[in-house]
Amino acid sequence: MSKTNKIDDRFKKFGTVSFTAITKTNDFIDYLEQGKVAGTRCRDCGTSFFPPRADCYRCLDSHMEWFEVTGTGKLVTYSKLEYGPVGFEKDLPYRIALVDYGDYKVFGRIADAVPDEAVKIGMDMKTTVNRLPNKQLNYVFQPA
Amino acid sequence: MGKVGIIGVGQSAFVRQYPGSIRELAFEGFKNAMKDARMTVKDVDASVVCSAPEYDKQRSPAGVFAEYLGLNPQPTFYVESLCSSSSMGLRLAYSLVRSGLHDVVAVIGFQKMSEISSSESQERMGRGADIQWESPFGTMMPAYYAMYARAHMDAYGTTPEDLALIRVKSATYGQLNDLAVYRKPVTFEMFSDPDHRMAAPVASPLRVGDCCANADGSSCIIVANEEKAKAFCPKPVWILGLGAASTSVNLAGRDLFTGLTVAQEAARQAYAMAGIGPGDIDVAEVHDCFTIAELMAYENLGFAKPGQGKELIRSKETYKEGTIPVNVDGGLLSKGHPIGATGGSQIRTIVLQLRGEAGAIQVKDPEIGLVHNIGGVGLYGNVTILGR
Repeated sequence: MSKTNKIDDRFKKFGTVSFTAITKTNDFIDYLEQGKVAGTRCRDCGTSFFPPRADCYRCLDSHMEWFEVTGTGKLVTYSKLEYGPVGFEKDLPYRIALVDYGDYKVFGRIADAVPDEAVKIGMDMKTTVNRLPNKQLNYVFQPA
Repeated sequence: MGKVGIIGVGQSAFVRQYPGSIRELAFEGFKNAMKDARMTVKDVDASVVCSAPEYDKQRSPAGVFAEYLGLNPQPTFYVESLCSSSSMGLRLAYSLVRSGLHDVVAVIGFQKMSEISSSESQERMGRGADIQWESPFGTMMPAYYAMYARAHMDAYGTTPEDLALIRVKSATYGQLNDLAVYRKPVTFEMFSDPDHRMAAPVASPLRVGDCCANADGSSCIIVANEEKAKAFCPKPVWILGLGAASTSVNLAGRDLFTGLTVAQEAARQAYAMAGIGPGDIDVAEVHDCFTIAELMAYENLGFAKPGQGKELIRSKETYKEGTIPVNVDGGLLSKGHPIGATGGSQIRTIVLQLRGEAGAIQVKDPEIGLVHNIGGVGLYGNVTILGR
């Protein structure tokens, strides 16, 4: 039997265009497939990281566990793009945003279905998984 | 240990499409700085080359430039911190001279952005942010700064009209700068005309008129120890203070969205080193890659309290005749922003101001000037204070 070395490039599924294929946080994609947005927490010092990371700079070690981003956060700020980078033209216009969950913040997009008038800094939002038309995965913010 | 001085400054014209290669572009800034310093290439002990490398086809331009500029066999190397690369290069040159390792160092900044299309350029600029976790959402520089603008407006009542006033100011001075890429006037009314290009939305609340002009260009600063500076230069300008800082590339790792922490921290360091405060600054160049960036700079540098930046532009205090003139060379908005050359061009403007050689944009008798140069979306911050 021939042995094949399969490259774990799951991360290329993240977003309209992914610029990263190989990362130790590739399980993030599996969580997205299950409808979950996940961060990592250091098992030694308890620090929560979003976006998730494989390594803890405080402990200088890599004992991470995954946690699910649940509940609601507050909209910190946002912008609606009328121009996009190469590869994002079909998504336009879209809104990028930052939501504060207290222990961590999440950078992403506001769901296209949310009207502009409904978007206000400070509003409560939740984060949900979104499958893009090109079969890629990301997550979006919706009013809570 | 003695002082460190700037004894020569030069830049190319900032243009849309430079009709030459990158080594030829670098020659233009270098030639002007060397003539300004009344030096020959034998007098330069080392060169530091500064740019953002993703625009270049040439790998490791420092070695190529050193040969073209006649700087062999002296050492040469490369410094990169996105849009603040040449301020970082100046910081390195200061330490090379102050340590006694070299007497005279040339800081050469350049960027030829026109080799790639505008959308490719935006995509590469966006990759100065977090490519793993943010770029997959379709981020761009204007949109990041727009998020700061939105937060500033929400917190302090700053308006799109305030931002338009900043663009009008830069265009006022861009018209006077024959090295600027954008030399046309911009009026306040253009922003309230929905059919005007200046008012076209890019990333809300920022419009075309809120964004700086991409350009090709080069700059060069000649740095020397006190002895050489006094020997070569009748009017050396001294480096009084240097500050530099970094922060999380991902916005999720930040806490402040109405200002840039790297600017606050770099300013704190530079003021402390120089032993002065914001009130001592007579003229400033700030990194106005977007109008909101200039407004935040007023506050982060201490020219205005947080939230009060809008008052400075409304009362025209940052015009040439005001209490704290800012970007009277047209700034990045009108002069243009060839990334790696920008910091060196800002330093050149302040050096000419302090020497009293700034011509039509000369501020009245300045003694101390400041340069605020930011890399990425507030990822890197450099503040440099210069004095006569």
